Amino acid sequence: MAAFDGGFAALPFDAVRSAALDKAGALGCRHADLRIERIRTQAVMLRDARLEGAVDDLTLGMGVRVVRDGAIGFAASVEIDADAAVRLVERAVEAAKVTARAGGEAVELAEEPDHGSAEWTAPYGTNPTQVPLSDKIARLASWSADLLAARSVDHVTASLLCVAEDKYFANLAGTTTTQRRVRLQPSLEALGLDDASGFETMRSVAPPAGRGYEYLDGDGWDFRAELAEIPGLLAEKLHAPSVEPGAYDLVIDPTNLWLTIHESVGHATELDRALGYEAAYAGTSFATPDQLGRLRYGSDLMHVTGDRTAPYGLATIGYDDEGVAAQQFDLVSGGVLVGYQLDRRIAALSGAARSNGCAFADSPLNIPIQRMANVSLRPAPGSGPTTDELVAGVDRGIYVVGDKSWSIDMQRYNFQFTGQRFFLIEHGHLAGQLRDVAYQATTTDFWGALAALGGESTYLLGGAFNCGKGQPGQVAPVSHGTPSALFRQIAVLNTRAESGR
Amino acid sequence: MSGGRSPGLLAASDVVDAALAASRAAGCVVIVDEVSDANVRFANNQTTTNGVRRDRRVTVVSFVEDRSGVRSGVASASGPVEVSALVAASEAEAEGSEPAEDASPLEGAGTDAAFAEPPETTDLGVFAGVLDDLGPAFRAARAEGRVLSGFAIHEQRTTYLGSSAGGRRRHVQPTGAFELVARTADGAASSWAGMGTPDFADVSLERLDERLRRRLEWAQRRFDLEPGRYEVILPPDAVADLVLELDFAASGREAEDGGTVYSAGSGRTRAGERLTGLPFDLWSDPSAPGIECAPFVVAPVSGADTSVFDNGLGVGETHWIRGGVLERLRYHRAGARRSQVEFAPPADNLLLALPGAAGSLDDLIAHTERGLLLTCLWYIREVDRSTLLLTGLTRDGVYLVEHGEVVGAVNNFRFNESPLDALGKTVEVTRSERALSREWHEWANRTAMPGLRVAEFNMSSVSPAS
Repeated sequence: MAAFDGGFAALPFDAVRSAALDKAGALGCRHADLRIERIRTQAVMLRDARLEGAVDDLTLGMGVRVVRDGAIGFAASVEIDADAAVRLVERAVEAAKVTARAGGEAVELAEEPDHGSAEWTAPYGTNPTQVPLSDKIARLASWSADLLAARSVDHVTASLLCVAEDKYFANLAGTTTTQRRVRLQPSLEALGLDDASGFETMRSVAPPAGRGYEYLDGDGWDFRAELAEIPGLLAEKLHAPSVEPGAYDLVIDPTNLWLTIHESVGHATELDRALGYEAAYAGTSFATPDQLGRLRYGSDLMHVTGDRTAPYGLATIGYDDEGVAAQQFDLVSGGVLVGYQLDRRIAALSGAARSNGCAFADSPLNIPIQRMANVSLRPAPGSGPTTDELVAGVDRGIYVVGDKSWSIDMQRYNFQFTGQRFFLIEHGHLAGQLRDVAYQATTTDFWGALAALGGESTYLLGGAFNCGKGQPGQVAPVSHGTPSALFRQIAVLNTRAESGR
Repeated sequence: MSGGRSPGLLAASDVVDAALAASRAAGCVVIVDEVSDANVRFANNQTTTNGVRRDRRVTVVSFVEDRSGVRSGVASASGPVEVSALVAASEAEAEGSEPAEDASPLEGAGTDAAFAEPPETTDLGVFAGVLDDLGPAFRAARAEGRVLSGFAIHEQRTTYLGSSAGGRRRHVQPTGAFELVARTADGAASSWAGMGTPDFADVSLERLDERLRRRLEWAQRRFDLEPGRYEVILPPDAVADLVLELDFAASGREAEDGGTVYSAGSGRTRAGERLTGLPFDLWSDPSAPGIECAPFVVAPVSGADTSVFDNGLGVGETHWIRGGVLERLRYHRAGARRSQVEFAPPADNLLLALPGAAGSLDDLIAHTERGLLLTCLWYIREVDRSTLLLTGLTRDGVYLVEHGEVVGAVNNFRFNESPLDALGKTVEVTRSERALSREWHEWANRTAMPGLRVAEFNMSSVSPAS
């Protein structure tokens, strides 16, 4: 597809920038920025080792945001030239005027140094969107066939998503950035049928990663080893006993805990939510700013950072979509709420000196909003325990691996998660899988029950391509690093019983 | 609202013809989606973000044929696309693909007289009435100790579809939604109102604001209730939140493979089986008044039950459940042939009704001895595919009903419930009306649903959220 993928660098950036920013200046804008993005997205789906569908998509477009007379306006289009840029500035200014009629406080953006002309590229070997479709089909088909060959496996679905993002940004203050990053998400799920027990599924727990195609060859995850395990795990799960509901000690693997961190800490520490700006959609937060520095979020062991610099992180970038340099910052320290994720508008509103760089738009056609950094839980200092050592400290509990179903309320209190694999722990040892498990808790109770952290050796970056927020809805990729961790006495439900069966 | 293409871009119908002319493959389908939209967001009694956008996406599906079968390839791009490069890219994708399991002959499927017309567009002017009323509404809310937030979006999507088999179709899809949330200044109580609309002519901020004002008054008395199984009254919007999940799960192929609530084991589905005691009808209909949608298949990618080979084929009224009996599941043509069932493509609307039901939400309340009136549901996720057990939260208003009257507001709950079980436990049904699923409307705006009174709805735990 080189023919229509080529030449992002050849776009007329300088002409478009000067046309747009000159016009914005002439129209009296206090602030203006321009983004030109090209996002290549490929998806390949197989069912039972046969191709079911494939798409290869290229989004190319341009968005202009202005702040004028204290009001924000945004306009976007797929045309990229100087004339189109001037029209966009005019429409953005008009949008600012029209919506300002309803009144409101004047918008300010927190100051950010001028970064001049900067370039940033994520570390990767092979751009996954440049690998031929036939190679991807062959690889997924081979993995699927291996699984289908096992007696416990009746059906297999396999998919691979690949994205390459090119981004050009320029603002009135003089910052101009050009950035590129890639990511990919492989997924394999085996389904087993059984006359007596119905069906069960077992999915690969490989996380999506900000890596190149080399990820599939073992750079960051051992796919071969995991594939070899899946049929046996599925067979065991099909005949596993249904969980007895009650309170259990949980050892939670990073492949599951990343999502709990995402929902109960990541979203709760977004200051736009805490201030009510998502009240109609994504929700608010129990962690309100009046409790900053005082709120007991969890046990003393809990240290959580926001980080847009972590290698291979899905939310990692050089400069955010408001021209703010990527940073790492504390959110929870020693179990106490100490910070929030910010964009420039929210930073100014809250009196912060500077944004910590969390503005992101998922498309050139969407306005940047505050989106999640890679929000990560720090492992135990030193070498720290292994997952086996955490399990050894549990008399009766469950070891939870892989994410599946997730849900949390609009203030980020009450959550419920399921998973791929639940192993009963008896007297410090794994004693086979359980079925029908969900765990439910209130955020601060859960993190208050954090009793031990795994060491660096257990640390893994989990994550998702599709975190939703904002209206119109935007999806953002984000990673969460975490060790395995032990939580004491968490409520476990039986999902069959929940359905009244 | 006047039509018009962006200056500098080739007309959409010309793009279709140019791509078909450039095709060297055995078959070709070209889809051009012209999207124009405008949105305004507000929160904390002030407008916040907004946007006006123009998007155009061109999708080319190429079909190549050799002795091993037919291969398909898809390439799509937004922006000032070089048509011949995109066609070549889709042909390369087809060459690199493998013989398609969903292969069927492309069919002509007619020509729309308006095919060469420019796309419809929209702009912030569509919200003029709402924006005029917002300023006074914000001032009143501030004075009364309420905080308003919400969202207005309007989109005009004009889809052009052309095929080497001869079809030239054009469909204009207007989609609008308006949502309003009112909270007390202390955040202790809140309520939501939303509506789907093709053009905002029927949106009255004042009327919605009045409804929310009444609900915040209800919340002046507050009851703390424990988890448990409650009789609940689901308004049409909340019914849409749940019932859309029945539609999302209705894949014939996945049911045959054995992994869904519609599976009957041994490669069979539950088609023909009674699913609900009450004789509910669940159907799609592109000509349903007020929620019209495309009367032909637009499939830019193949999936378990949709196929790029079916592009342009007609979509008519399709019953999924009739009289409480599962009538059919979704199938593309090739799947339908293989399973010896009818071709059943999806449509972009969904209707649920109980024939003869005539009452209103007020009737449900009046007939309730003790129960919970819900407003809408939130963060709904599948917990168990075999029962379609869903979890989620009540949001922005749960009210206690006693002896036929609302007596106050109740804490929020996490529920664990299957929509199929909820229909099975329904004891009273209202007439069906246009509904907006708060959870899913961005993907499924056009629904018509009744209100339901459901016994034994499983509120699994209390959510302290407000």
